[in-house]
Order: sequence, then structure tokens, then C-alpha cells
Amino acid sequence: MLKQNRNWSADPVLSVEHLTMRFGGLVAVDDLSFDVGRGDITALIGPNGAGKTTVFNCVTGFYKPTEGRIALRRDGSVTPEALAELTRSGRQYAEGDKGSIFLLERMADFKITEVAGVARTFQNIRLFGGMTVLENLLVAQHNELMRASGYTIGGLLGLPGYRRAAEAAKETAVEWLRRVNLLDRADDPAADLPYGAQRRLEIARALCTNPVLLCLDEPAAGLNPRESAELNTLLKYIRDDHGVSVLLIEHDMGVVMEISDHIIVLDYGKKISDGTAPEVRSDPKVIAAYLGVDDEEVEDVERDLEVKPAPTRAEGDAR
Amino acid sequence: MEYFLQQLINGVTLGSIYGLIAIGYTMVYGIIGMINFAHGEIFMIGSFIALAVFLGLAALGITFLPLVLLIMVIVAMICTAAWGWTIERVAYRPLRGSFRLAPLITAIGMSIFLQNFVQVTQGARVKPLPPQIQGGLILMDSHDGIVVQISWMQIIIIVMTVVLMTAFSLIISKTSLGRQQRACEQDRKMASLLGVNVDRTISLTFVMGASLAAVAGMMYLLYYGVIDFYIGFIAGVKAFTAAVLGGIGSLPGAMLGGLAIGLIETFWSGYFSVEYKDVAAFSILAIVLIFLPSGLLGRPEVEKV
Amino acid sequence: MADITQSASANRPEGAERLSEDRREAMRGEPPFVEAPAEDSRLVRALKEAGITAGLIAVLTFFFFFMKTDIAVGGLSLTVDPWTWFVAIAITFVGRFLLTFFVFAGERPAVGGWKKIAAATAGWPIGKVVGAVLLFVALTLPFLLTIFLPSQDRYLLDLAILILTYVMLGWGLNIVVGLAGLLDLGYVAFYAVGAYSFALLATNFDLGFWVCLPMAGLFAALWGVMLGFPVLRLRGDYLAIVTLAFGEIIRVVLLNWYTFTGGPNGILGIPKPTLFGLEFSRGKGSFSDFFGIEYSSIQRFIFLYYIILALALLTNFVTMRMRKLPVGRAWEALREDEIACRSLGINTTNVKLTAFATGAMFGGFAGSFFATRQGFISPESFTFIESAIILAIVVLGGLGSQLGVVIASVVMIGGIELLRNLTGLQAIFGTGFDPTQYRMLIFGLAMVLIMVWKPRGLVSTRSPSAIYKEKKAIGADLVAQGEGH
Repeated sequence: MLKQNRNWSADPVLSVEHLTMRFGGLVAVDDLSFDVGRGDITALIGPNGAGKTTVFNCVTGFYKPTEGRIALRRDGSVTPEALAELTRSGRQYAEGDKGSIFLLERMADFKITEVAGVARTFQNIRLFGGMTVLENLLVAQHNELMRASGYTIGGLLGLPGYRRAAEAAKETAVEWLRRVNLLDRADDPAADLPYGAQRRLEIARALCTNPVLLCLDEPAAGLNPRESAELNTLLKYIRDDHGVSVLLIEHDMGVVMEISDHIIVLDYGKKISDGTAPEVRSDPKVIAAYLGVDDEEVEDVERDLEVKPAPTRAEGDAR
Repeated sequence: MEYFLQQLINGVTLGSIYGLIAIGYTMVYGIIGMINFAHGEIFMIGSFIALAVFLGLAALGITFLPLVLLIMVIVAMICTAAWGWTIERVAYRPLRGSFRLAPLITAIGMSIFLQNFVQVTQGARVKPLPPQIQGGLILMDSHDGIVVQISWMQIIIIVMTVVLMTAFSLIISKTSLGRQQRACEQDRKMASLLGVNVDRTISLTFVMGASLAAVAGMMYLLYYGVIDFYIGFIAGVKAFTAAVLGGIGSLPGAMLGGLAIGLIETFWSGYFSVEYKDVAAFSILAIVLIFLPSGLLGRPEVEKV
Repeated sequence: MADITQSASANRPEGAERLSEDRREAMRGEPPFVEAPAEDSRLVRALKEAGITAGLIAVLTFFFFFMKTDIAVGGLSLTVDPWTWFVAIAITFVGRFLLTFFVFAGERPAVGGWKKIAAATAGWPIGKVVGAVLLFVALTLPFLLTIFLPSQDRYLLDLAILILTYVMLGWGLNIVVGLAGLLDLGYVAFYAVGAYSFALLATNFDLGFWVCLPMAGLFAALWGVMLGFPVLRLRGDYLAIVTLAFGEIIRVVLLNWYTFTGGPNGILGIPKPTLFGLEFSRGKGSFSDFFGIEYSSIQRFIFLYYIILALALLTNFVTMRMRKLPVGRAWEALREDEIACRSLGINTTNVKLTAFATGAMFGGFAGSFFATRQGFISPESFTFIESAIILAIVVLGGLGSQLGVVIASVVMIGGIELLRNLTGLQAIFGTGFDPTQYRMLIFGLAMVLIMVWKPRGLVSTRSPSAIYKEKKAIGADLVAQGEGH
């Protein structure tokens, strides 16, 4: 089930270092550092309000972090010196023969998707509801098609180059629709789809941007067990057959424990655990802070570990 | 310095009138999130009603000025409020909860209708009214003959505005009607589940806005002495600009925006050129919005991802 | 610390429970403000409602029908006209009574019937058929008119030119409001920029129509970008008011910059368009002379008609084409969800600017045409009311629908213009009755009524820009409205 161990420290696709995000007086993310391994499925878990979505928004450029560095290595080996050099230079990214590095905290949100290759989905699904399923996937291939259409001029004149690109884009879209089992709904408006299908469509749409890193914000929320199982298969397929690294936020522990190569646990904006699924599952800090235990047990654990007291949660949270 | 002071007084007066109209925009926007484009026409209708009442009283032989003014204010407020209520009932209520551009279009349609209704019934020519309240307080009389004066009319306008503003702020913050209005602003469906009569609350909002506009219309009539069917559009656009400048949805913002627009216009006309005073007001609006996209006192919109 | 958080979390479900209990409690009983159901009979109810409505009308119109202010020697005078007032009240009473008694008597208001009709016809492929018929009529209109209505052909052709100008403006604005979902209340600014650039270029540099036209379009597009930049960050109604403000600024500047624009006098003597250098006038070197046909002033009208038809069709063609291109799809995606657009790597700034520029360019073309048709322009033609009419056409037609714009233009502009001719009404209302006076009154009322009848516009379905297997129209309720709607 697990791929090679500790892939994330050997070959990280994304390195988040000392990330801090403050909203006024509230510290949502506090000096957080973690790595996401290339070709891994990495889960970011933690109780409600732990700052997971904030981390996502920083990685995808929707928030500008107060402090910290978020480096994406697009391909191959990037030396730490190159990274330090880029950080000093003040540029947003460096593309070289040996590999490309992108400093996401310096880039605008759309640039992160367009240039660096990070795609995301949203906790509250954001589809183009009045557009068809197929159109949704074509919009995701905007930049590629824009170039092919000669920035509209060639497309207006109906040049063959654009027509070929449009056909190819449609094929890509159809391919993904087949994969997420939505091909028969291709011509329906996206808002008409049932909830689970909308989630799948959003993932397919993100993948149409051709990313190296896919960020999924609670992809299994609101799915029934069968749909969750399908999601697992889909995510594994994305990882194994397309080489896309996946970073996901999830509350459904069934999904998380089954598919994750690497789990990072957040609580109150801080990392409390980091490792493979079995490691995290047996980490007493995680049990205490996240999974919810009886008061007595917490006290026991605290005594054992001498950590600062962590609050218990309502049982429902742990699910 | 004297010139500056005089302009300041004139600006505050003009700003008060704008502010009173702007409150109507901002309250309606706050509660149903639409631009009530017909509000400027409501103001115009208010001034026409005030004029008709004035002439009617004169015809009846009632000329005791305080009484005349009192009757004018009351009748104008009531009748204009009836117009406000009717417009909401006819043009906006059927569209509530539907497509958001639809009420904007009916509002523009209503605005065109009202303008032409008044033009047809009262004629297109400008109606002059000789000044009724003359004289004023001389604040400063420098030796070179420049006088800084605040007229009684200006005092009435400013005092009236302050009184009405205070009263309406109290209504919004203290009474159960105000509480219902604020509840509808936050979440109309939930408010109705909790037993707030949403339709009635919205109607009352229109009634309140319209009656304030009626007061503004009457003041405009008495202060400038000329009205025509077209004043509503210009004053409406300015007042709406004021509401947006102050942060639409915020009552103090509307007043602040009104004052700002009034002052900008007066100072620009006083020091630069009368022709470009509108350009000045609109440019400042654009500049403010570029730096403060939610206006001066508006709640900043947080982008939820 | 543990204790505090714990007790807080322990309390939370209780609080929520209590809240939901309160809610249930509130919903159990009658809502406090609902009146007891009326037990009145149909007649009594109808009478009661008619009475209330008539009373309201009495209050509303008292100062407008009953009392009339007039300018007299030495000030104002008041004339009293009780009859109009009484008639208005009586008409309202009877009208409302009949409505309540016969139409609203059932549980469902009359609107239900309309909805049924609308629903029944929703699936029909009428769009294509109507579009083809309209295109055919538009292409052959001058000939149809000379054959069937030769006495009025000039007037009707002129009206057709006017309608087509609005169709073109509507299509241009449709890009900004209908596709990109950016509410623009100052579209007339680009119309004005187009008209003035055309007029100034043509009169100062002696350039012909066909040279000035694209330049005017480009100028307008440039202005679109310039005005678009500062408003990019604005949302919703803030965007609306700033665009309105820009429209007014441009008008005020045109009005006051005497040396450049001629101020309120405008620009005179704008050259008429020529057909490859052939003028539409009498004498040598003219169109009629060249082709050896007899001169008739209608030739110029026909020529103008085909110019605006060609321009409008170009607008339509470009828009329809762009919808299927990535930029057009990005416009619609922007209308649906801006944040999702950004998450897909779309530069929303560029998308907005292209929408503004493209819309403005077509507005500029229409402005150029307006200038050359009139031969004279002044700031008076570019007031806010024009923006409002164009926006109304777009919304009444159905946002994003090209066909809807055509229907709305024909109904609104054509219908209102035809009201001028209702001189027959003078027989009823007396010779003092001037139908043109009521033109805008009815226009405003029609806007309200059509909108209340069909809030989504006449053509309210969206047709997808890319199809996998079969084309399905998308219901208006699913289509988002974009910023500030």
C-alpha cells in the first residue's frame, strides 16, 4: 500500500518552510514547515479550525502569507543552493535545465496554476454551474487554448492550428470525463449534477490544467461510502498513472488512512505530527489532540508525554 | 479664509440634502441589496408635492410661515412615502428573490416613468418659487467687505438633517422595527422563519427612505427656489454616489458621503470651475473606490475561498 | 485552560440545541404578523381591494392630477382639475375590481398562466427558426418596404436603421454584461467616444467613412481598457456606479471642452458615407449618376441601412465566434465564478479588460455610424438614459442571448417609435392629446411590466458553447449573474 518510505524528504515537490499567516491578531498558521513528496498522496489533517484551508490558500496564492517560503520544484533535482539563490534574487521563479523552482508566496494565484502547475479544488465546490460539464473542462485548458488561438485572432479567423488544438482539448476533456465516470453527463449544466458528481467534476477540471501538484480541499466531504471508495481509486490512479502529487485536506479518516503515503497533522496552526499513516495513527499526540479520547486518558497521555494540554473535541468530530 | 468659510457652509448645506437622499439608497441597498434607481425621482416628487401644498395653502389663505412649513413637511412626507410604498409593491416586490438585475431594470423603468409622469402632469417648464425665508446670521464681517453668512434656510436644513439623522439612527438601533430591519439585512429567510414580517419590514424601509427624500425635496425647493421634473436624476445620481462613497449599506456612511460630495462640489465650483464640479465629484468617487473598494465606512468584503 | 475550552465545547451542542428548539418553537405557531385568513366573499373582497387601490391612487395622484402648478405672471399659480383626478380614481377602482373579481379570484394569480405558456414553449427549437426568419427579413427589408409599403418606406427604413443601431449597441453591451457579467451603466461613453472620434477625424483630417470607422472603434476600445483598469478591483454595484460616473464624466467633458468638441453645439457637417467614393447625392460622380439610374433620396437610406446591418451582423458574428473561443468561454466562466477562474490559471484582469475593450469597440462602431447618419452630434445624444435603454434591451432580451436583444430592440425602440403615429387616439382624448408626450412614459411602464412578467428576459436559456453529443439548452435559473447583479 505504501510507496517507498520518506519520499518527502528525499524528493519533495513542495516545501513549506516557516509558514505563518496572521489575520489581525489571530494566528491561523504558526511557523509551519512540511514537505510534500513527489508522486505521493499527502494528507493534511487536523481538527476544525486547525488552519488547513489557510495553508491551502497560501500554497495556491489566494492568501499572501505573513511569513515563510513555499517552494515548488517542478521537475528533477534542485539544489538547495539554487533555491537560496532564487530566494535572494527576488524573482518569482527560475526555470533551468536541472529543474525549475517556483516561490509560490511571491506569485499571483492564477500564475501559480498557469506557470508553476498547482491546481486546486474548493471545500464548497466552485463549478461554473451554468456551463456544461464539458465547457467546465475546456475553461480549465484556457491558457493552452489561448496560445493556440493566437490570442483570439487566429481563432476568429478560423485558422487550422486552433481547430486542431480545440479538438485536442476536447479529447483531453472527454478522456477525463470517462475517467471520472461523467461522460454521459457531458452536455448537462454542471449545477444539475448530484453532489458526488460535482466533486468528481471539480477534480477532473483541476486536472485539465495539467498540474504537477493537485490540492484537494475535503474531496470526500458529503460523499457516501461507495463514492468515497471511487474517490480513493481515482486519487490512486492520478498518482500512479499521471505522476501528479496530491495534497489533500480530509476529515474522512477512512479515506485518509487508506490512500495517504504521508500524513501531516495540524492543530492550532502548528504541526503536531508528520509521518506515514501507521506512524501518525499511533502517535499519542495525535490521539490526544485529534481523535478525541476521554478526559482521564488525556491526563494519562499528558503525564506520559509532558506536552501542553490539548483540548478534547466532541466525539462527532473524529468520525 | 472668509471665502473658504462661506464655501464650507454652503457645502455642508448641499451635503445635508445629498445625505438625506443617500440614506434612502443606503437603507434599501442594505435590506434588499438593490440600487433603487427611482429614489431620485422620489425626491423630485417630494419637492413637487411640497410646492403644490405650498400653493394650495396660499390659495386657502394660510400664510403663517411656520404652520405652512409644518404642513408642507407632513403632507410631503406622507404622500411621498405612499409613492415609495407603491413603487416597491408594484415594481420590486414581484421580483424579490429572482434575478438580481431585474429589479435594477424595473427601477430604471420606474424612474423614466415617474419623470415623464411629472412632466406630463405638471409641465416641463422650470417652476420658480420666490425665497420664503430670508436673512441669516452674519458670522464674520471683515473690513474689506467680505461677509460670511449662514442663512436661516441653511440653518434649518442643517438642523433638520441632524434631527432626522439622529431620529432614524435611533429607530434603526433601538426599536424593534430597526432590529427587524437589521435582521432582514443579515438573512432574510432566517428572519422570516423567526417571525419577522419581511414584506412589511422592506415596505417600511422604502417608506422611511421616501419620507426622508421628501424632506430633502422640500428643502431643495425652499433653498434653491427652482424645481423641474429633471432634478431627481441629477440629485439621485449624486446621492447614490454619496451612498457608495460612504460605503453603501451604512447609515453614517451615507451622511458622510453626502457631506463629502457636497463639499467637493462646492469647493470645486468655488475655487476651480463650475462646469467640472460633477467631474470632480465622480473622479473622487472613482479614486476613493480604487483604494477603498467598499467605500469610506463600508464593511470590507472578505474574499472567502 | 483545558477546563475553559472544555466547558465551552461542552456547552456548544446545548446552545445549538436550544437555538434549534427556539426555531422549532417559532415555526410551530402562526408567525406573529400574519393576519387571520380573510373570510370575505369574493365580491366583498374585490370591492375592498378596489377601494384600497383607488384610495391609494387618490393619494398618489392628488398633487399631480388634481392640482396643477403653472407659471403665471409674477410667480406660480395653481389650477385645480378635479375631473382628471376623479376619472383616474374611477378607472383604478373599476380596473382593480374587475381584476380581483375575475382574474385573481382563483388561488393562483394570473402570472401562473403566463408561466405555463412559457414552460410549454421552453423546449421548442424556435430560436434558430426565428433567427433565420429575422435575418431574411433584415436582408430584404428595403425591398419588402418598397414593394409593400411604398408610401411610408423612408420613415420605416429610418426606423429600421434606428432599431439596428440599438441592436448593435445591445450586442456590444451583451458581451460585457451578458457574457462577462460585469454591470456597466456607462456604456454610452463608448458610443460617444466612437461618435466623437469619428466626427473629429472626419471633419479635421478630411478622412472618409471607411478609414474613420475602424479608427473610431479602436479609440473606443482603448477607452474601454483605460476605463476598465481602475474598476477591475470593484465588485457589483460599486462597479455599476463607477461606470455610470465615467459615462457622466465623458459627457460633461464633451459638453465643456468647447475648443475641441464644440461644447453643447456639437460637431456639424460630418461627411456621409460613400460607396467606393460614390456619393449619394444629385449630380456628377454620384451613385445614381454612375449607375445611370434616377436619383432618389431613398438610395442613401438603403445604403445606410445596409451599412448598419453589416456592422450589426459583424458584431453578432464576432461575438458568436468568440463565445466558442477560449476568451469567450473565460468571460462566461468569469460570470459564473471568478475565484474558480483564478484557480484554473486564468488571468481575470485580462479577461475583464478584453470584455470591456470588445464591448467598447462595437459601441464605438455604432457611435461612428450614428455620427455619419445624423451628420451632426452633440453631447445631448449621450446621456445616461441611453445607457439605461441599452442595458434595458440587453436585460429584457435575456442576458447573453443575441436573439433576445433583437426582439427587445424591435419591441422597445420600434414599439415606442410607433406610438408617435397613434394620432387616432386624438379622436378619443381630444385634439390636445399629443401621443409623443406619452412615449417615454409608456416606455418606462413597459420596462417595468416586461420585467415583472419575465424577470429573466424574453429569451432566457443559455446555449452551450461546446457540445459533446447533443445540444441542450441551459435553464436560466442555473446560469449565474456575475458581478453586481
